[in-house]
Amino acid sequence: MANTVRFLLNGKRQELADVDPHLSLLDFVRESRQLTGTKEGCAEGDCGACTVVIGELTQDGVGRERVALIPVNACIRLLPTLDGKAVFTVEALKAASGTFHPAQQAMVDCHASQCGFCTPGFVMSLFALFKNDASPNRAQTCDAIAGNLCRCTGYRPILDAAQVMYQDVAQAQAGCTTSLERWMFTPATSDAAPMPGESELAAALRQLVREDALRLESAHGTFIAPRTVQDFSATVLAHPDAWILGGGTDVGLWINKALQTSATIIYTGEVEALKHVSVIDEGLRIGAAVPLEPAFRAMNRLYPELAHVWTRFASWPIRASGTLGGNVANGSPIGDSMPALIAIGATVVLRRGEAQRTIPLEELYLDYKKQSRGVGEWVETIIVPKRSAQEVLHVAAYKNSRRNEQDISAVFAAFAIALDGGVVTRCRVAYGGMAGTPKRALHAEAALLEKSWSEASVRAAMQALREDYAPMTDMRASAAYRMQIAQNLLLRFWLELQAQATSNPPVRVF
Amino acid sequence: MRPSIDPVQLTIDVSRHEIAAPSRHESAHLHVTGEARYTDDIPAPRGTLSAAIGYAPAAHATLKSFDLSDVITAPGVVGVFTASDVPGVNNYGGIVLDDPILATGLIEYHGQPVFMVVAETHLLARRAAKLAKYEIEVKTPILTLDDALAAQSYVLPPVITGRGDAQAALARSPHRISGKTHHGGQDHFYLEGMVSLATPLEDGEISIHCSTQHPTEVQHIVARAMALPDAKVRVECRRMGGGFGGKESQPALFASLCAIAAARLDRSVKLRLDRDDDMIITGKRHPFQFEYDVGFDDEGRLIGADFMLASDCGYSADLSGPVNARAICHVDNAYYLEHVRIRNFPCKTNKVSNTAFRGFGGPQGMFLIEHVMDEIAHVLGKDPLDVRTINFYGLTDRNETHYGQPVDDNILHDIVPELERRADYRARRDALRQQNATSTIVKRGIALTPVKFGISFNATHLNQAGALVNIYADGSVIVNHGGTEMGQGLFTKVRQVVAEELGIESGRIRVSATDTSKVPNTSATAASSGSDLNGMAAKDACRKLRERLSDFAARKWDVTAASIRFINDGIEVDSNGSMLRMPFGELVHDAWFARVSLSAQGFYKTPKIHWNRDTFKGRPFYYFAYGAACAQVAIDTLTGEMSVERVDILHDVGSSLNPALDKGQIEGAFVQGMGWLTGEELKWNDAGVLTTHAPSTYKIPTAADIPETFNVWLVENSPNREDTIYRSKAVGEPPLMLALAVYQAIRDAVSSLTNYRDMAQLNAPATSEAILNAVMTAQHALPNANARR
Repeated sequence: MANTVRFLLNGKRQELADVDPHLSLLDFVRESRQLTGTKEGCAEGDCGACTVVIGELTQDGVGRERVALIPVNACIRLLPTLDGKAVFTVEALKAASGTFHPAQQAMVDCHASQCGFCTPGFVMSLFALFKNDASPNRAQTCDAIAGNLCRCTGYRPILDAAQVMYQDVAQAQAGCTTSLERWMFTPATSDAAPMPGESELAAALRQLVREDALRLESAHGTFIAPRTVQDFSATVLAHPDAWILGGGTDVGLWINKALQTSATIIYTGEVEALKHVSVIDEGLRIGAAVPLEPAFRAMNRLYPELAHVWTRFASWPIRASGTLGGNVANGSPIGDSMPALIAIGATVVLRRGEAQRTIPLEELYLDYKKQSRGVGEWVETIIVPKRSAQEVLHVAAYKNSRRNEQDISAVFAAFAIALDGGVVTRCRVAYGGMAGTPKRALHAEAALLEKSWSEASVRAAMQALREDYAPMTDMRASAAYRMQIAQNLLLRFWLELQAQATSNPPVRVF
Repeated sequence: MRPSIDPVQLTIDVSRHEIAAPSRHESAHLHVTGEARYTDDIPAPRGTLSAAIGYAPAAHATLKSFDLSDVITAPGVVGVFTASDVPGVNNYGGIVLDDPILATGLIEYHGQPVFMVVAETHLLARRAAKLAKYEIEVKTPILTLDDALAAQSYVLPPVITGRGDAQAALARSPHRISGKTHHGGQDHFYLEGMVSLATPLEDGEISIHCSTQHPTEVQHIVARAMALPDAKVRVECRRMGGGFGGKESQPALFASLCAIAAARLDRSVKLRLDRDDDMIITGKRHPFQFEYDVGFDDEGRLIGADFMLASDCGYSADLSGPVNARAICHVDNAYYLEHVRIRNFPCKTNKVSNTAFRGFGGPQGMFLIEHVMDEIAHVLGKDPLDVRTINFYGLTDRNETHYGQPVDDNILHDIVPELERRADYRARRDALRQQNATSTIVKRGIALTPVKFGISFNATHLNQAGALVNIYADGSVIVNHGGTEMGQGLFTKVRQVVAEELGIESGRIRVSATDTSKVPNTSATAASSGSDLNGMAAKDACRKLRERLSDFAARKWDVTAASIRFINDGIEVDSNGSMLRMPFGELVHDAWFARVSLSAQGFYKTPKIHWNRDTFKGRPFYYFAYGAACAQVAIDTLTGEMSVERVDILHDVGSSLNPALDKGQIEGAFVQGMGWLTGEELKWNDAGVLTTHAPSTYKIPTAADIPETFNVWLVENSPNREDTIYRSKAVGEPPLMLALAVYQAIRDAVSSLTNYRDMAQLNAPATSEAILNAVMTAQHALPNANARR
């Protein structure tokens, strides 16, 4: 069994033994490698000052080996999860000749840095955008930097830089001396064959691929990354108190903020069978280790109505790291995927050892931080049902949070109703932020079901929400506001369906 | 736009090459590559330890005892420090000695430092700091301004000031309204948290790297805490990752703690606050609560005003005295207050001590008067812009502030109509009102508000600065000055000044870290004064060097010193019909060989200003900076969500030293002000515990929050009428208050719900929840449509 972490850091191969499994990538690059360009702003993945880009071996649509580049928050990314990957920090962007990467040069030319502390993070987010999107519009650019906070500039020059960086690419490329640099200095081209630099990097990553599990032992704890579902499930069963680590977007906070440790951490991210979305008869099968971003993209094909809330779910680095399985298994009352999944009737496959059982998602959640999972039982798969051809299903979800980008919901509402001749024939309503768990609104559903879809029945359902929920007051919202929003979002759903039918003006700001 | 100044007053050297150029930030190339070193990035000396603070678990309590045995035995711990370990004065108060470095006996806010633990790593220190056991007797905390006012709980004595006879004026006014309003505080959220690194040197000396806007105060307070002479403490700061006022008075606490531990352990000690600890331990913008009683004529012209301003200062005075003074001095904003009474209560609460934050009381004072302007307009059924305009300070009369300073540089009469035109304010206002009549859910609002902001520290003695310019024999130059770089571009502007004065390329010039051993007794880089003060001091140093070099060259060439020009990276003189020229490098080498001193100290003190803090009268400000903003918003009446759709700004920077940097200051300040008034909300629970202490719960604006149409123009052809550095104006703070337009536009949008019959009942911050509450209040008022007030 492998017992060292192997990865590429700015092109240089690293092989580390005796690694504290709680060590973040940020602390490693700053403290052990003196790469201080990457900054700590919050240590919880909310400011983006620590943004780095990770390269992962992948395949494109025609089976060619590629390197996918994604931005991640180094502060909550545990070092052992980098095994087999390439890490790029801001120090890697400038060409050896001294020529700046187009993202860097554009930031300089647009006067887009003031204090400069957030700047390396922005540069890395722009680099990720540059490599993933050849011509982003303003909304796409805002999304790409939604996880980066700047307190000085007011963002306008940074948004400008995100356009300007595509303009003088050829000039910058003239300063490149290696194939890797030339690839990094070339914007995304979705259908192009891999450039030599990408192929070389892919080959280097191929050298790091391992077939057996990674098991890191240190005085500070053990990190285990199984390769197969069987091994993973057996490992979880053998260490029922271990932390199960997905993308680390929550576990990172346990370490950095709650100052907790765990003797054993078991990682989902190397279990090949958990990393795929497959199309099945019922709909989609989403493995527990599929990151949020690809999971959302897959779901958007079945439920395009949900796309806007998935963008608002969190910043790109969080969506690229965090997993749908982690969100579901963590079961936070303010997790955003669950109300939507419950509304569309998703189920989960739970597994304990070799035993599997499938339950409706809402049955996973019993009470605040209390689930129907047994000891050693874990979330293996999420099944997203497809739409039935037999009914007209209207789906909508709304997120309400203090800020549009990278924020946690005060209230998340999700609705799915089937209409037949103006009568509600099937109906599922679920909310986050309204109870100790993500929860269906059974009284409201009852008020709608088999009634005509009218403002009167909607208003009755709005009243019924008071029987479904007794929300709490916290720093995000008061109980009264939560209830009012919950009701109004149901009204919005009705108004929007009406507006679609009558092509009335839009009825919302966002 | 007509020029607002007589051209003959100006003496602009058309040959200037550096000034007014949109030079990039001097560190931009280091920012984007990650090569710019902040305090935590400096390679630390061998064996550097990390510190963490153990802080008070209650807002108000008697600290009977605490048990640190688990802290001491925790993994990696090297030392633990309490109040009794402070060798000198256990207090970091800059003005009033009411800020203990480490608490003893009495706990006055949740988060107050009680002890410090030093360990091998940052994480080990943080873990150990949580292991203390406290025995405390909890007392009832004062957490609200209402409670503080009722208990007459103040950090400083209340102030009553004003002008004329407000009561008589109110009594004779044809219209009179009164009311209350309030706004919240604001966390600075500098991206780089508080950090200090102390290294013990020989013979008791301490060297400190600190992220601070005020190295001199850090030096003085560390020396006091260590019982050392100032000369044994050296403080350096190359740059901060943002300051915004948060690093004016507060870094002294963290630097003192580091120094105490470093001296005792004889090892370098770094204290870098985790973000949550930073937000819990450090002070914020002062929230204010207001009452007003104003009388006015049919046109909306103010006749009399009675204002009450209560500020939440937290547990100690800190900078609250000057903050409140600036609030009092800006309660007029752009408007003539002939008869006014102002009562000001600097309230003491059991919260973290609130401190400087960009605007420093100015935004608070203006919040009140701008609220009042809208209320007056509403009562009279007028466009608020007309009411604002009619109240502007006059050009020839009605032009003395309530604190006795003449407003003799007023350009609002030019700026505001110009912005009104560029923003197409009137037509858009009409169009939005029509749109609102048919748009059922989304409502839009618009507002145009002016800003007049006084430039200089109120306290006259702070308005001084020093600079040191060294020219090396190879022709390279170092400039050092008392100002600090926090992103605003001060170092860039000072470098431009030196390049201009010496006629050299800026590539020759390095701006070095602010350093108390090079330029002593400096003021904080605050009050927007950085380039006004330090630019002038650097210019003074350059003038001395030019004189010496001119004298030298004059002797060499046998010409008059006055005929020598410093230009094109060298000197030139016309002599007998031909031009003599010497490159700068050759000049300074020869001057050095001829034993000419190539190092000069410069000094500057702002002229004309004076302030009597007892009578609240004087001329505290050298000049005023002006601006205006027009904002359009859309609100969602189902959720209270709000979008800023368009903003137009016309702002006065005098003759810009660097239009790119100035535009950056305007945009950044505006968005920061927008955050203060909209999404940024600090919440404390009933026990006085801050519950919004991280970016997960405290939400500053992101890129998507800024308006898609965001026009920012600098006022053209409008040099400062005072003799500032190249006739420029300060720009750090004034544009923050332009964001009041956003807040007033939200009120306008909410008011549409009653068809503008009722003024929106809204306080700041206008979060979604606050807006929805205002919307629902307006909707519930609708059935009583006849009850016109």
